[in-house]
Amino acid sequence: MRLFTVLFALMLVASIFLNVGLHNVSATEIVGGEKIFKKCKTCHQIGAGAKNRVGPHLNEIGGRVVGSVENFKYSNSLLELKEQAIRWEKPMLDKYLKEPRKFIQGTNMNFSGITDELERKKIIEFIWQVSESTQGSSVQENSLPEEILSIAGDRDYGEYLSSECATCHQASGKDEGIPSITNWPVKSFIIALHAYKNGNRKHPIMEMITKRLSNEEIASLAIFFNSINN
Amino acid sequence: MKLNRRHFISASAGITAAMSAPVVFGASRPKVVVIGGGAGGATAARYIAKDSKGAIDVTLVEPTRSYYTCFFSNLYLGGFRDFDSIGHTYGKLANDYEINVVHDWAVDVDSNNRNVSLAGGGSLSYDKLILSPGIDFVDGSVPGWDLSSQNKMPHSYKAGSQTQLLSAQIDNMKSGGTYCMVAPPNPFRCPPGPYERVSMVAHKLKKSNPSAKILILDPKPKFSKQGLFEEGWNKHYSGMIERIGPDMGGKSVEVKPDSMEVVIDGSSEKVDVCNVIPAMKAGKIAEIAGVTDGNWAPVIPHSMQSRKNDHIHVLGDASSQGDMPKSGFSANSQAKVCAMAVRAALTDSKLFPAKFSNTCWSLVDTNDGIKVGASYEATDEKIAKVSGFVSKTGEDAALRKATYEESLGWYSGITSDMFG
Repeated sequence: MRLFTVLFALMLVASIFLNVGLHNVSATEIVGGEKIFKKCKTCHQIGAGAKNRVGPHLNEIGGRVVGSVENFKYSNSLLELKEQAIRWEKPMLDKYLKEPRKFIQGTNMNFSGITDELERKKIIEFIWQVSESTQGSSVQENSLPEEILSIAGDRDYGEYLSSECATCHQASGKDEGIPSITNWPVKSFIIALHAYKNGNRKHPIMEMITKRLSNEEIASLAIFFNSINN
Repeated sequence: MKLNRRHFISASAGITAAMSAPVVFGASRPKVVVIGGGAGGATAARYIAKDSKGAIDVTLVEPTRSYYTCFFSNLYLGGFRDFDSIGHTYGKLANDYEINVVHDWAVDVDSNNRNVSLAGGGSLSYDKLILSPGIDFVDGSVPGWDLSSQNKMPHSYKAGSQTQLLSAQIDNMKSGGTYCMVAPPNPFRCPPGPYERVSMVAHKLKKSNPSAKILILDPKPKFSKQGLFEEGWNKHYSGMIERIGPDMGGKSVEVKPDSMEVVIDGSSEKVDVCNVIPAMKAGKIAEIAGVTDGNWAPVIPHSMQSRKNDHIHVLGDASSQGDMPKSGFSANSQAKVCAMAVRAALTDSKLFPAKFSNTCWSLVDTNDGIKVGASYEATDEKIAKVSGFVSKTGEDAALRKATYEESLGWYSGITSDMFG
């Protein structure tokens, strides 16, 4: 067992004993949670028809084994937890959302965390409530033909093209109002950009930028941004 | 198709490189001098230094140690940003990217010997010179106003002490007084800029001096995002703002700084603050370097190289390139195309097709943000618009708030793209 897993297991036990106050939340707190969930929406879908995007869909997450959504490519760190059959529970998710990369070292989730305890509480209540109400409704996204998803991008070309993205999306991966796009799984990146290109996702700037990107250019950007680790 | 085009361009770049003089590495690295540390110059210097990984010696010449961005300076006037939040320094460019940052004025360019003279007495030789000097004002464009009047009637169109001065004048304006803006003729830096400024001044006055008036004297029949601004002015600042267009005398305006008067088509009016934004031209060093044609410096769209000198590139406001507006976003976008072209000319790096884009966000009132943007491509003739979008009138409050929040993210993004 690797060191981080040991630490993780210890923290997990501690967290379960220390957190007992995450229940009995009012309706307004859940409404607040939906608003805060915007932070997560860039990568995670939840609710009827939720699909895997950059991150796995969050339906039925309560009690779900970590790293177990089908057809989602997890980091090795999450797969190790899957092997141990560790499940998502509220106290553990709270720890994870506080400092994702400290709590599960090696996670691909490129998110700096939510420091405010109440915000985390609201968001978790929201996720739990929606997650429970949508049992069995998730579907896998694979609307793009395999020949588009499997185009081999040119990293150098992607690096040049990425300079256009870097005016708004920070190369450091910081999110100060515009989502982080570094270190995404290649296929998720390709799916997201094609969704804008096809008009399935709405955003005037993203639609404008992606409409003139060829399939090869999107693949090149995906390879480049995937290669930035921060 | 695009992939073929790209390969074709890469291949032709190879031929060009083979025909030009070979670049010798080792004892002397090729030298790039960048004049102007704003959205064009700082970005170009950073990308060349970053992507050449030390193969190119980059010097950035910028007189100020603390650079205040023109974009978002209106938000300072409106009280949405503090002044320090729009100031940036060059420490990271010097330390993390090993750019030689020289705080001095470039006063002369000897393009035959490829040498730049500095006001402090030094000189810098270059293989490629990038000019990104921003704007200067056209002498005599507003009768009665010249640079010696800028303390009485500030332009505040280069951010810094001028912006603070205007802010103080607005704060000290008498109750029920008039803020007058003499708006610039086309083309000018930041097309929505004057009108966002009017919105921000109105926002401030509505709180601190609600009976005050705003008078815009405009030589142009129409302006960027006009419908959106006018919708916002009616909604938030009803009765406060009056705009006099060219048909009513906005084109023939004279100012009298000593008596704080504006003369509109012969009739004189007393105002309390007068913000004169004169006609603009390329920053003076572009003219000194001999790359201007009229007021601006024409460039080849594929590389931002001057049409008048093969070893000089011109970026941003100072350039005349076609369809892109003179904005910080445009300069930043052009800088990346230029950096790629300069690296390809001086080292063996690949040349890719130029792509440009621009978005201008403006704030009308608290959480009421609007935007306009377009993508562009290089043709032999000009930088040509491909497609664009603009916010719509009647958008709901949530969308307007999201647009404003997006602009905050963009500010963080572009400034880290410029300064590291």
